[in-house]
Amino acid sequence: MAERSRTRSSHRHTFQRQGTLSSFAQAALAPVGRPSVSTLHRLIRNPRVVVPGAVLSLIVLMAVLAPWVSPHDPYLMDTSIQLQGPSWAHPFGTDEYGRDLLARVIFGARSSLVIAVASVVLATALGMTLGVIGGYFGGFWEMVTMRTVDVLLTIPPILLAISVVAFLGPSRINLIGVIALLYSTRFARLSFASTLQIKQREFVVATRVIGARTPYIVRTAILPNILAPIFVQMSLSLGFAILVESGLSFLGLGTPPPEPTWGNLIGVGRGFMHQSAWYVLWPSLAISTTILCCNMLGDGLRDSLDPRLRH
Amino acid sequence: MTAYLLRRLGQSAVLIFLIASLVALFIQLLPGDPAYIIVGETNATPERIAAVRRELGLDRPLYVQYLDWISSVLRGDLGTSLTSKRPIAPDLAKRIPRTFELIAASMVLALMIGIPGGVIAARFRNRAPDYLASLFSMLWISTPVFVTGTLLVLIFGVKLRLFPATGYVDFGDDPIGHLRRLVLPAVTLALLDSAVILRMTRSSLLEVLGEDYVRTARAKGLSERRVLFGHSLRNALIPVVTIVGLQVGTLLGGTVLVEFIFNWPGISSYLIAAINQRDYPAIQAVILVIASLFVLINLLTDLLYAVIDPRVKYG
Repeated sequence: MAERSRTRSSHRHTFQRQGTLSSFAQAALAPVGRPSVSTLHRLIRNPRVVVPGAVLSLIVLMAVLAPWVSPHDPYLMDTSIQLQGPSWAHPFGTDEYGRDLLARVIFGARSSLVIAVASVVLATALGMTLGVIGGYFGGFWEMVTMRTVDVLLTIPPILLAISVVAFLGPSRINLIGVIALLYSTRFARLSFASTLQIKQREFVVATRVIGARTPYIVRTAILPNILAPIFVQMSLSLGFAILVESGLSFLGLGTPPPEPTWGNLIGVGRGFMHQSAWYVLWPSLAISTTILCCNMLGDGLRDSLDPRLRH
Repeated sequence: MTAYLLRRLGQSAVLIFLIASLVALFIQLLPGDPAYIIVGETNATPERIAAVRRELGLDRPLYVQYLDWISSVLRGDLGTSLTSKRPIAPDLAKRIPRTFELIAASMVLALMIGIPGGVIAARFRNRAPDYLASLFSMLWISTPVFVTGTLLVLIFGVKLRLFPATGYVDFGDDPIGHLRRLVLPAVTLALLDSAVILRMTRSSLLEVLGEDYVRTARAKGLSERRVLFGHSLRNALIPVVTIVGLQVGTLLGGTVLVEFIFNWPGISSYLIAAINQRDYPAIQAVILVIASLFVLINLLTDLLYAVIDPRVKYG
């Protein structure tokens, strides 16, 4: 251990002041990173996090519990009650086959949310891997990872999504894959920049000096410290993923009917606007509310977790 | 400057070449035989499939197909549409101006809403107009373009009948009718961008208002109006210009949905029609054209930025 510290002569005086090396490293590692009690406390007390967070949780809960909370079967047709407005039996009205619109909006949340959540999680994993590798190792790896990201950024997102769907077909897996690829660029850039910053901090250098292996350093020192901006970005990306998914479904290139999604409900309902305006209003309201909450949550989290990014 | 210009031009050319190569490979990605997919399951006979394969040139080796595609593109030949049997390039050339008309109209609208909105929000910071502006921008950023478009059609086209809901007439045939049909799609696209421009103007202006020279201007007794419009706004608008350039790129993506909703016969609606008819040569051509336009717009933005802000290093 003593030998290693000698190789980092510039830091030697620091260690001497701090006593043993390992205790220095522990002391340096302890207070940073993982969300502490006070951070959570601050989040819970911020209405700009709590309100959109609560609404989003409610929407997710509704999607998960769809078979139980839905008042009707979303596929049950009844030609005697086509395109009706809201009533006690059907609070949101009915569609062109007499199916209950409330049930279809509730079940529609499922496809939109599953695709959005899965693609954002995948995008985070992919982007963070690229960014941390590029940022931590630098040089050749930086070139490989960051230039790939640059090329991906030159393609308009919706166009790439449409091309993939046009050639590979509109399956759920393809949609998740293409949205994940599109948004991984944001996470890659973000974690690249954060890693670059963090790896030069003293506690990371100290951990390396005491002989920790790279995976350990990345896990204990780098990752916990880049998580805050990543969370913010995840929340914002969730909104964008819903946007892309519903846009493709609206064009008829996403999840195909009869399975309801918010996008294809609006896409189909558009054709019946002259008979019933309610048909497009409900899913529009659902999409806008969800994306609004994602964006507000992202902004709120940014203010609480990362004051540097505040405008 | 010349070196910077040449390097950016070179980069863009390489990028467009890469996109063209990628697009050439797309048809190979189709699950199964493209000829079979095009002919359709019901009337697939070996003869018809062979005919389509010949028509698409799929019976030749891969590298011949690739070299042929690249050399045709270089000659400005984007292939022949399977559905209309017409060459694709002239059809697209006719549609590109219509798409850009839509983009230009919505950009002008977005600037007319976004910049004054941002100035007002910054001037009355943390007071009612500021909150109103931030609520407005949050709302439009969160509403998908196709939702805005559909709702505008519903309200102004179907319920109030103020504007034709969808459709297109040439400016030459009916100038008034043409402009009336431009309003709703242009507003749809503009709302989202006005929100982005508003936010950018506000935060940039607030930053400039905190500068020393603004304090000096105030200290020497200039009116708030002179400080705001004479000293601050010009500097504050520099980052806004970059955003505007980037937004033209996003607008290009947005036209895919807007042209579809309003039946606007631009390049994006050509793409959607081609996808629905499985017209693969047409899809390839449009993707190449839109992606290239996107690269060129980004190039222009970078150059414009360098011209406007002399502090930018051509690095």
